[in-house]
Amino acid sequence: MQTPAPFEYERATTVEGAIATLAKIGPEARLIAGGHSLLPMMKLRLANPEYLIDINDLDELSYIDERITEIRIGALTRHAELLESELLARRAPVFRDAEEVIADPVVRNRGTIGGSLCQADAAEDLSAVCAALKATVVLRGPEGERTTGMNGFYIGPFTTAVGADEMLTEVRIPLRSGAGSAHEKVERRAGDFAIAAVSAAVWIEGGVITDAGLALGALGPTTIIATRAEELLKSKPPSGELFAQAGGIAKEDCSPVPDGRGPVDYKRHLASVLSVRALRRATARALQHEDR
Amino acid sequence: MEVKITINGQEVSRDVEPRTLLVHFIRDTPGLTGTHWGCDTSNCGACVVLMDGKPVKSCTTLAAMCVGHEIRTVESLERNGQLDPVQLGFHEKHGLHCGFCTPGMLMTTRALLDHNPNPTEQEIRTAISGAICRCTGYKNIVSAVRWAAEHEAATKQEA
Repeated sequence: MQTPAPFEYERATTVEGAIATLAKIGPEARLIAGGHSLLPMMKLRLANPEYLIDINDLDELSYIDERITEIRIGALTRHAELLESELLARRAPVFRDAEEVIADPVVRNRGTIGGSLCQADAAEDLSAVCAALKATVVLRGPEGERTTGMNGFYIGPFTTAVGADEMLTEVRIPLRSGAGSAHEKVERRAGDFAIAAVSAAVWIEGGVITDAGLALGALGPTTIIATRAEELLKSKPPSGELFAQAGGIAKEDCSPVPDGRGPVDYKRHLASVLSVRALRRATARALQHEDR
Repeated sequence: MEVKITINGQEVSRDVEPRTLLVHFIRDTPGLTGTHWGCDTSNCGACVVLMDGKPVKSCTTLAAMCVGHEIRTVESLERNGQLDPVQLGFHEKHGLHCGFCTPGMLMTTRALLDHNPNPTEQEIRTAISGAICRCTGYKNIVSAVRWAAEHEAATKQEA
């Protein structure tokens, strides 16, 4: 029987209250939302928090709002809600691509976007999605709020820039014209972690890629932002040849480890192939929007 | 800590450790052993129960997290001696062999039909993709869910 080690439990009623408890208890306290990553890790003693702060009652953190220049997603928004969101499907379809292959529908009823990002598992899909879309996250602490981009959010495996007394409260997806995005994942079976996954976003104006995002999942110790490939894509018209070059860079710039899901050369191969596929679909979607 | 949860419409209260998982709370306290405790890693779906009408894996949910929420287990399906159409479907179409996955399959199906009364085969297969059956190869389970959907629609028309 797998049971977590003993801990104290508190149910937060306000964001401020949860942050105050984090500040009081220190690094031995952890927030819990869906718990579908944290509880399995606690059962295996890979995580041993002494104090859990349950934030599931913080309804004010559950929303997907469209603003003029961005979409704001509350940290407690569940995977199932992200999957069903017509707004995201229209403005950032990479979300629906990814959500369709994250765990299974029952797990998706519990898991949250904030929990997924803060778990910082390199194989977790939403981290790649948010990195490709050049999202920023809002971190709230006792002193107030700060924002940070996805570049620099991941410090190491399962480690983020979120301080011990901070809570990720919101994810902001910038909205720019000419956008298209897509997620590609190869898994051993339905609902499994990725062998490799790639999120791509492109912004196209007048037939030229003005900006691009390419993020690799399960292909290194953290989610990898393929910045060299992103730079290559900029200011060029989209083409199969260009995408093949970008895929080649992704293949070079990832750092997969061999495991039960596959050897290194296979994973590098997937980095390349999935980058090309994701860029191709993202571009098709961007051009569709341009036509309208 | 004192945990009080509404399970199948009945309030159940017990002093438990915060680390008590919902599946054990359900099986130990009211003694409702219909909910099966399977893989313990949120993969197999044998432990699925409904939390406020939505299927969740009770091996990966703390009992403490369920205070203030409505839990429904497989025992709630039969009412006044009448089996739920979902149970009848699994019976009619032989949607099980050993039966270990069945409580989770039934509750997952119940949630699907509450949400989508006329699912396609693909929608059924997606809905049960969080539940593993090592006996049937899923074919009979999909048939059972279809049977339940059709039977339920017919019953509703009659009523």
